[in-house]
Amino acid sequence: MMQLAVRDEPLLNVDNLVVEYGLGNKTVHAVSGVSLQVARGETLGLVGESGCGKSTLGRAVLQLRRAKSGRVLFDGEDLTAMEGEALRKMRRRVQLIFQDPIASLNPRRRIGDIVAEPLIIAGVKDATERKRRVHEVLGAVGLDPDLVAGRLPHEFSGGQCQRICIARSLVLNPEFIVCDEPVSALDVSIRAQILNLLEEMKARFGLTLLFIAHDLAVVKAVSDRVAVMYLGRLCEVGPSEQLFAKPAHPYTGLLLQAIPVPDPDVRPAESVATGEPPSPIAPPSGCRFRTRCPRADQRCSAEIPELREVAPGQFAACHYPLA
Amino acid sequence: MSAPLLTIEDVAVELPTPRGNLRAVDHVDLSLEAGRTLGIVGESGCGKTMLSRAVLQLLPKKAKLTGRVMFDGEDLVRLDAERLRHLRGRDLAVVFQDPMTSLNPVLTIGTQLMETIQEHLELDAPAARKRSIELLAAVGIPAPEQRLAQYPHQCSGGMRQRIAIAIALSCEPKLLIADEPTTALDVTIQAQILDLLAREQRRRHMAMIIITHDLGVVAGRADEVAVMYAGRVVERAPTQALFKRMHMPYTEALLAAIPKLETAPHTPLPAISGRPPDPTRPLKGCSFAPRCRYAAGRCHEAKPELKGAEMPGHLYACFHPIQMAEEVGA
Ligand SMILES: Nc1ncnc2c1ncn2[C@@H]1O[C@H](COP(=O)(O)OP(=O)(O)OP(=O)(O)O)[C@@H](O)[C@H]1O
Ligand SMILES: Nc1ncnc2c1ncn2[C@@H]1O[C@H](COP(=O)(O)OP(=O)(O)OP(=O)(O)O)[C@@H](O)[C@H]1O
Ligand code: SF4
Ligand code: SF4
Ligand SMILES: [Mg+2]
Ligand SMILES: [Mg+2]
Repeated sequence: MMQLAVRDEPLLNVDNLVVEYGLGNKTVHAVSGVSLQVARGETLGLVGESGCGKSTLGRAVLQLRRAKSGRVLFDGEDLTAMEGEALRKMRRRVQLIFQDPIASLNPRRRIGDIVAEPLIIAGVKDATERKRRVHEVLGAVGLDPDLVAGRLPHEFSGGQCQRICIARSLVLNPEFIVCDEPVSALDVSIRAQILNLLEEMKARFGLTLLFIAHDLAVVKAVSDRVAVMYLGRLCEVGPSEQLFAKPAHPYTGLLLQAIPVPDPDVRPAESVATGEPPSPIAPPSGCRFRTRCPRADQRCSAEIPELREVAPGQFAACHYPLA
Repeated sequence: MSAPLLTIEDVAVELPTPRGNLRAVDHVDLSLEAGRTLGIVGESGCGKTMLSRAVLQLLPKKAKLTGRVMFDGEDLVRLDAERLRHLRGRDLAVVFQDPMTSLNPVLTIGTQLMETIQEHLELDAPAARKRSIELLAAVGIPAPEQRLAQYPHQCSGGMRQRIAIAIALSCEPKLLIADEPTTALDVTIQAQILDLLAREQRRRHMAMIIITHDLGVVAGRADEVAVMYAGRVVERAPTQALFKRMHMPYTEALLAAIPKLETAPHTPLPAISGRPPDPTRPLKGCSFAPRCRYAAGRCHEAKPELKGAEMPGHLYACFHPIQMAEEVGA
């Protein structure tokens, strides 16, 4: 089902994607039939608790993990059907930024070489051209190329390492970037710097982003639309403002209630959530949220709720959505 | 006002490093009464953990500690190891960010709980077992009897933190120090754990220190907040007063930099430029000066002392405080 307005052109269209992991003789149902679209020039935020399958979905979109079934259409072409050279060509257009900036940089290589690496892999042979590109992107992320290019990762703070990772992801001029928890490991003061930088880069380079995080306020700060995941399935997707103002899925409502607000006049809601997420090895039948949902009844365990439009542009997968 | 249960007096912690001496805690004074909750907030590396370890007398061996830590009439800094061990785990308890720091991976949950209880409360095995089950139930563990036979790795992160809390509470401590108890957990679980801590704290009239980098965590749950920056307490106030009328530019900047749910998407965040100073290279002036938008004159030359504002109990360390009475009135 198309979740975008008619005027929006989907750059990415994920259709009924299923991704599983084998674990001994068991199966981890990490992503179980997720469909979503990202319009050209838009940022789609993806939120959900640890282990709900956000990174798996992001990696499957980029074909770093192959899906069991379903399709990933990028600019109209099905990435899941691509192999070899065709896939390699396509990969230049899509990039990934990780959560742990320090661990994702090779400690023995100089910053200039780290940022140039994608260019080498992509076959850019001209060293002067590579150097020009590296300087351009390092400058764009707010680092002085002459000062940093010759240094090693350990000489930089977490925030600076994330700037370097962002520079590396931009060097091939991609159209689409999956940002997997890019600020979760950073301090509050540095986090704001990096979020602002991502917004700036998006405007400057005309990027489309899939922005993964577990912090709802962080996601809202940068996203046009937000998708909420729970235990491998999509619960709700819709325009950011609307979704936060009027959540339709009980799980979205619960997430919003649980956020600690930096205002002493807002009393924290007493234990909103009961219990913890079940294991993705044996997910509950019917609605996967039913073991923690205050509204659950017979129908919820018998029947998987389909994603339905509950308000213009807002879709929820629930038999009894919040009014 | 009753006498404080805990008084931290002029505590400083220095650590020798290859780059030189690192001043992790820089002359901190704090106090806390029974039944009250103190929140300590600040960015990574500002000295929160070192300060709490100074209270618990659990500093790295090479660390140099000066000052006094008065707890229930005794100076912990000068106590012998035997007496300290007795206090820790009984009157003084701690919960860390990573519950595996306090749990032993090779012992069952039951063994760990019962050992602590038997050692400190002189109960026999059946009574200790009964008490363990009650405690696990109190911290919200379903089927507590079955849990006793399990090992920590068989539990989720949230469960493990509940178990660590149960062990910390098992001997009715007078003071509980929770160092980022929920940072590693999801928001829904985080809310459950914070509720649990608040409930047990009220019920037991226990004093509690919550350490966090999230102003949101302390806003609704601490009576008083101390903001730390570069090893020092730079502002301290009753929670309401701090959020209503902060005087320290750093506190203001820290609060402003947090993304808020009520803000429209794509609103640029008021970020704090730069990063905290290198703790092995102390600055001559105010440690926040290189990042402070109000910095001028003396700020680069001298260290502002912590001094009292118009509200009793509100202290700040700044030469050009914001939101002072005359400004607010004007
Ligand atoms: N290589 C793997 N083998 C087996 N199971 C895996 C593997 N990678 C992930 N999983 C499992 O798949 C599920 C989804 O994991 P995933 O990393 O996608 O979650 P996530 O939403 O990104 O979580 P987090 O917020 O913690 O990063 C989890 O239950 C996880 O334990
Ligand atoms: N074992 C150690 N040896 C030397 N320096 C240390 C040691 N542990 C911490 N430090 C340093 O002491 C200072 C204070 O660290 P501390 O762990 O107290 O910070 P924190 O406020 O708890 O930070 P976080 O939010 O990251 O936990 C930091 O500069 C840190 O690098
Ligand atoms: S379908 Fe049922 S269990 Fe699932 S969220 Fe809706 S009400 Fe709750
Ligand atoms: S003393 Fe000066 S530099 Fe320090 S916080 Fe106050 S105004 Fe800023
Ligand atoms: Mg992940
Ligand atoms: Mg710490």
